[in-house]
Amino acid sequence: MKLRKVIPALIPFLVVTLALEWLVRAGWIKAFLVPPPSAVFQTMVHDWPELFGALAKTSAGALLGFVLSAAGGIAIAVFLSSSRAIQDAFYPYAVFFQTVPVIAIAPLLVIWFGYGMRTVVASAFLVSIFPVIANTLTGILSTDSALRDLFRLYGASSAATLWKLRFPAALPQILTGLRIAGGLAVIGAIVGEFIGGEGLGSVVDIARTQQRTDKVFAAVLLASALGLGLFGFINLLSRLALRRWHASEQS
Amino acid sequence: MTEAPTGTARGVAVRLDKIRRAFGDLVVVDHLTMDIAAGEFLAILGPSGCGKSTLLRIIAGLHTPDGGTLHVNPADTKFQTAFVFQDAHLLPWRTVLENAALPLELMGVERGERLARASRILAEVGLQEAEDRYPSQLSGGMRMRVSLARALVTEPRLLLLDEPFAALDEITRFRLDVRLRDLWLERGMTVVFVTHSITEAAFLADRAVVLTRRGCGIGLDRRLALPRVRGNELRMSSLLAGEMQVLLSAMEEEG
Repeated sequence: MKLRKVIPALIPFLVVTLALEWLVRAGWIKAFLVPPPSAVFQTMVHDWPELFGALAKTSAGALLGFVLSAAGGIAIAVFLSSSRAIQDAFYPYAVFFQTVPVIAIAPLLVIWFGYGMRTVVASAFLVSIFPVIANTLTGILSTDSALRDLFRLYGASSAATLWKLRFPAALPQILTGLRIAGGLAVIGAIVGEFIGGEGLGSVVDIARTQQRTDKVFAAVLLASALGLGLFGFINLLSRLALRRWHASEQS
Repeated sequence: MTEAPTGTARGVAVRLDKIRRAFGDLVVVDHLTMDIAAGEFLAILGPSGCGKSTLLRIIAGLHTPDGGTLHVNPADTKFQTAFVFQDAHLLPWRTVLENAALPLELMGVERGERLARASRILAEVGLQEAEDRYPSQLSGGMRMRVSLARALVTEPRLLLLDEPFAALDEITRFRLDVRLRDLWLERGMTVVFVTHSITEAAFLADRAVVLTRRGCGIGLDRRLALPRVRGNELRMSSLLAGEMQVLLSAMEEEG
């Protein structure tokens, strides 16, 4: 990333941070509602071992959930794309599934998977799989029909058509799906930890009961950083995969 | 459907017999009967919506006719037929060379051989310098030439083109017209060229068929009295103008 692109984004951050610090110190905002940025920073340093351990756990849960939903979502989309009848039979359930709020079924996950990592991964997986399915399916189905005809003309098998035409043609949409899924996986992991796991989610939950808003903010910032990191990683993948041929990655 | 009956004359590449095709209630091709001779350069003209493209897709086997029979000679049309679309339709993630080699790859030709053959055909359409470039780095005319190379790489007996140069600027189109005519002369394949351009049809073809708007009958079937080898000088000649006049009258009757 170029420095010239980073600086404009840093300015609002600095302004808001300084303004917040000033507002809290001047007494306009109560410190137990919104802690001054300096206090959040102090907490971050002071509680670093605990916070870092929580971050590592949340990262593992979110990442595992993300990888599962990427693999599972693409596989399900390929299956759905194989025929119109299969789509009509199963796609409505995928949509229905998407509308079930994960926070509502999280207690069920604890009952099914027990307290710990498995619940966190399941929660991250559940909230992040749908955008992968939807985007991959759209990408595969919107493949240029002339090119499909061309493959048919030369007697290509459906496996060859999938692998050499439909999948690469869908790649930009698949990556869009993954980008969305990355952010959602972090949210899913935090939700899972709220209910039955260890990590930034449980740090937030405990700090909340202790009125430690500074610690809540520190944990939230780390969760955001994790989401951003995942997003950046997928952008990098996207750049590597598409830079030669797709308009979205060409300057 | 593509089985050649024993009675088929040797000189016929495609025989259409009472071919019919409808999309829902809309009959696009109806009772069309026509022979296309082997080695012929045929242009199919007609008003838009008269079923030109549908007819071409039926010959390619991309549409099945609802009625009538289609004989393609030789019977094994697979790999013998090539199709060029209105736009280039290249795989954007592949280089020019890999795009041109695609049909051979799908046919199972080994990598070294298919790239060598693709490279030879790219040279024939003047793209040897562009082998390693991606489609997004090419001009419209170059992309169309890659598309043409991709069609020719299997050395097809039957080349079907669906308004291939319609989207190009005139100079590029003129150049590609000449190149296509030369390639046809060199290779002796059968070419069916669908177009709505009277100029292009008269310049390229040896035989022109004008389809009627309704029911897809044949309004005119004419052998063009033009030299075999054609260059841009022909474009200004009265010979071509005369043929264009005939085609124009037939088109106006249908329009």
